[in-house]
Amino acid sequence: MLRYTINRVLLAIPTLFGVAVLVFFLLRVVPGDIVEIKLRGDGGSVTQETIELERKRLGLDRPLAVQFGEWMVNMAKFDFGTSMWTERPVITEIAIRLELSLQVAIMATIIAVLLAIPMGTMAALFRDTWIDYLVRVLTIGGLSIPSFWFGMLIMLALLSFFNWLPPITFTPIYVDPIANLQQLIWPALAVGYRYCAVVARMIRSSLLEVLNEDYIRTARAKGVYERLVISRHALRNALLPAITVIGLEFTFLIGGLVVTEQVFNLNGIGQLFVQSVSRNDFTLIQGMVMLIAAFYVFVNLAIDLLYAVFDPRIRYGK
Amino acid sequence: MSIVELGGDLREKVDARRDLAAPLLAVEDLHTQFNTSRGVVRAVEGVSFTVNPGEIVAIVGESGSGKSVTALSIMRLLPRLTGKIPKGKITFDGRSLLDLSDEEMREIRGREISMIFQEPMTSLNPLLTIGLQIKEPLQIHLGMSDEQAQARAIELLTLVGIPDPAGRLDQYPHQFSGGMRQRVMIAIGLACNPKLIIADEPTTALDVTIQAQILELMKNLSRKLNIALIVITHNLGVVARYADRVIVMYAARVAEQGPAEAVFHKPRHPYSMGLLRSVPRLDRPRGAKLETIEGLPPNLASPPPGCRFAPRCPYRIPICDQEPPLFATDTGGQSRCHRHAEIAAGAINWAAAPGVGENRVTDMAAPVLSVRNLSKNFMVAGGLRRGTTTVRAVQDVSFNIHRGETLGLVGESGCGKTTVGRLILDLEEPTAGDIEFEGQNLATASAAQIKAMRRKMQVIFQDPYSSLNPRMTVGQIIAEPLQVYKIVERRKVQPRVAELLENVGLRPEMAERYPHQLSGGQRQRVGIARALAMEPSFIVCDEAVSALDVSIQGQIINLLEDLQRKFKLAFLFIAHDLAVVRHISARVVVMYFGRVMEIADRDAIYREPLHPYTRVLLDAAPVPDPTVEKQREPRLIKGELPSHMAPPSGCVFNTRCPMASQECREIVPPLEEKRPGHFAACIKV
Repeated sequence: MLRYTINRVLLAIPTLFGVAVLVFFLLRVVPGDIVEIKLRGDGGSVTQETIELERKRLGLDRPLAVQFGEWMVNMAKFDFGTSMWTERPVITEIAIRLELSLQVAIMATIIAVLLAIPMGTMAALFRDTWIDYLVRVLTIGGLSIPSFWFGMLIMLALLSFFNWLPPITFTPIYVDPIANLQQLIWPALAVGYRYCAVVARMIRSSLLEVLNEDYIRTARAKGVYERLVISRHALRNALLPAITVIGLEFTFLIGGLVVTEQVFNLNGIGQLFVQSVSRNDFTLIQGMVMLIAAFYVFVNLAIDLLYAVFDPRIRYGK
Repeated sequence: MSIVELGGDLREKVDARRDLAAPLLAVEDLHTQFNTSRGVVRAVEGVSFTVNPGEIVAIVGESGSGKSVTALSIMRLLPRLTGKIPKGKITFDGRSLLDLSDEEMREIRGREISMIFQEPMTSLNPLLTIGLQIKEPLQIHLGMSDEQAQARAIELLTLVGIPDPAGRLDQYPHQFSGGMRQRVMIAIGLACNPKLIIADEPTTALDVTIQAQILELMKNLSRKLNIALIVITHNLGVVARYADRVIVMYAARVAEQGPAEAVFHKPRHPYSMGLLRSVPRLDRPRGAKLETIEGLPPNLASPPPGCRFAPRCPYRIPICDQEPPLFATDTGGQSRCHRHAEIAAGAINWAAAPGVGENRVTDMAAPVLSVRNLSKNFMVAGGLRRGTTTVRAVQDVSFNIHRGETLGLVGESGCGKTTVGRLILDLEEPTAGDIEFEGQNLATASAAQIKAMRRKMQVIFQDPYSSLNPRMTVGQIIAEPLQVYKIVERRKVQPRVAELLENVGLRPEMAERYPHQLSGGQRQRVGIARALAMEPSFIVCDEAVSALDVSIQGQIINLLEDLQRKFKLAFLFIAHDLAVVRHISARVVVMYFGRVMEIADRDAIYREPLHPYTRVLLDAAPVPDPTVEKQREPRLIKGELPSHMAPPSGCVFNTRCPMASQECREIVPPLEEKRPGHFAACIKV
């Protein structure tokens, strides 16, 4: 198990290197130049000389290979450089936003899983009854309604029924948990609905499959209580495929909430992404892509290790 | 009180008053139906039988005859939404099971009636330890504490013959072999000391030697603990070894029932007679042709009126259009045949023709296929923690096949027989050794030569369900090789397809059908027609009849033999069923753990097997004759197949061989010609 984990971590290095090559060179291919945007952005007249000087200062005049090499060497030392726009370290820029995005993602996961397990289970157990139909309607809704629009509906409802809107400024949870939750519970709910729909459907279909397995019949033939047949024998097996879906959805939430963050006016990773792309802030974009890629790799590793925890066939080998 | 103490002399007491006591289980006029999208399927219709305490009753029948559904109806484990019991009465130990509440029924399941299923590989929960799965019924039904249940679980595992029971309780199902899992299933079934165990095809998925072990175990436990046993099976040999009474089912109804000896020796229903004559037998000389029951069982969604067997019965008369009741027979049983009295009088006798022991002369000139010192190693990656291991799947295998000859290749699962087939078909690359086909070495052949060889070498697979493309019609499936290899002109493709269908005994209209519209036997015929389309000289039949019912199996074997004669085909017939191999083969190769143990002419190998493994195999296979079965004490082979990860030193069979000595652990015995044309790899013969 330990050796397997180490192998997988080592395998992450070439993966991430590939991502680094792609993001670095693709960014340079895209037209647009940070220095011009920065200095001439608001229509000011700047001489070519000043632009060249600024380029030189940011190190953009050197050959691409040298720039790439330097970036690689620095990254190996966990130095992601400084933002070309704000001049603050990339780590600092990301850290502020990550705290918020991570919290929303975790909360959405909790909401989704807590709702999806009972929903999916009930739908499978009462297949083709009104319970199943209700769950199916709700989950189809979750898949088809965009999260940002559902977020707007939430805001609208809060405003018209309670004449209240969530606070706009971000308070970390360790400073004031109440204020923090007042702000973040709503976006978590908005994205959690879709998330929950995906997971609930997965649990429903895999539970239906598991309920047809021979070992469920064996359990019933042993006279095991129906409750226990479901919870101990069926659900455990049915949750395995759901773990994959949960993990993939989770990584998506870290970087993918561009519009929903806009709706709730959250300064998260999604917003930072849009901002840095429109500014051509190379170092910051690179840093964020690497972060999200690393996230993907490690969440996938975590999923595989979780599988091993739940499934003895993987733990002990066939 | 331990269950072992419970056994003993109790048995004799029960024997003495068995006839006086009320039956333990009485099924009366049971009807079970399934509501499917294609209408109501009446899977069981008017089935009645009784089981006395401690009695072993076998229910025999082909797939779809309703035998498993009968068992699930007794357990009330039918699929909830579709399965219904509209009529009938099931009385168990004085209680009417169909009138019990769900909770009362749950208390009976596992406590008083337990069930053992067919597939040991999938019948245990893969995520839970064996210990938990055995302890579960103990804690639920008997309210045992964890320590008590633990002690009892160890006792049960010991009883079913699992070594190191305490250590194995914490292991998971995938760490057990198929035979061991079936032992665990039996332990679970025995856990609460039930009065009745229903075993649904308990040994069908197991190898012959393991099957013999499990059968002996179940029989002994049933006798010792006085547990009544209902065994559901399609294997008449298993029935003969086990049963006190036999119930023969056909198309949802009981065709005949009676004492085992009577049903086997004096069958009073044409279907029972037909079944008995169509089984290939190890204990009798081989007939010229395998007897069969022609036709197919009826579709239960729209069964024919009158006697269900009439459409396939050679003794059908006008009265058979009327539904026959169950008549009492002279042998003390019941038969659902209008002409049972004529059968009893000897006027109708549908027995197998006496064997003629015919042996086709084979053309011993240049062999079609010659295999020399063939070996294949696989690199197997261990689990999360181990590195790779080399598995020697096939080692040093040599044999020849001549034109028009059938070579049988027998062995248990994991012996490498399928790998040999795949190597010959060039689906795997051999690690060492040569394969020559029609004088051409496979390894040195050019791509064009390989392509030409592929055409001449065809294969028929085991599973007729998954080896045909479900989205192509039968006609398209057969026409495809004709078009790809441009064997006939485009306009002659359709006539050729019709001709091929006729060759395999299917009507030309079948070309329009899709595989799911065909029965298993018909699909296998399509697979054969597809192979014939290439005009091959050699066909690998990999377990080609294993998935088929007895009466259908006979039809396919006869077809293969007819085709062989007509087209001078050579067959490599890979199978685990010794009787089938004996019937079809001219020569037989016995493999064990990747090596050839014995090669000889069929008659020599079955009459005088030299290798101890061949003897053990032949001993283990049950014969469909209760008199023979009850007299012989099967010599059980100990242990299981060794692990490929840790192969035994010396002779691969030494870990299980009754004759093994120190020498056997040191020397790998060479395959030697012990008698003319009879090769064996054993230093003791």
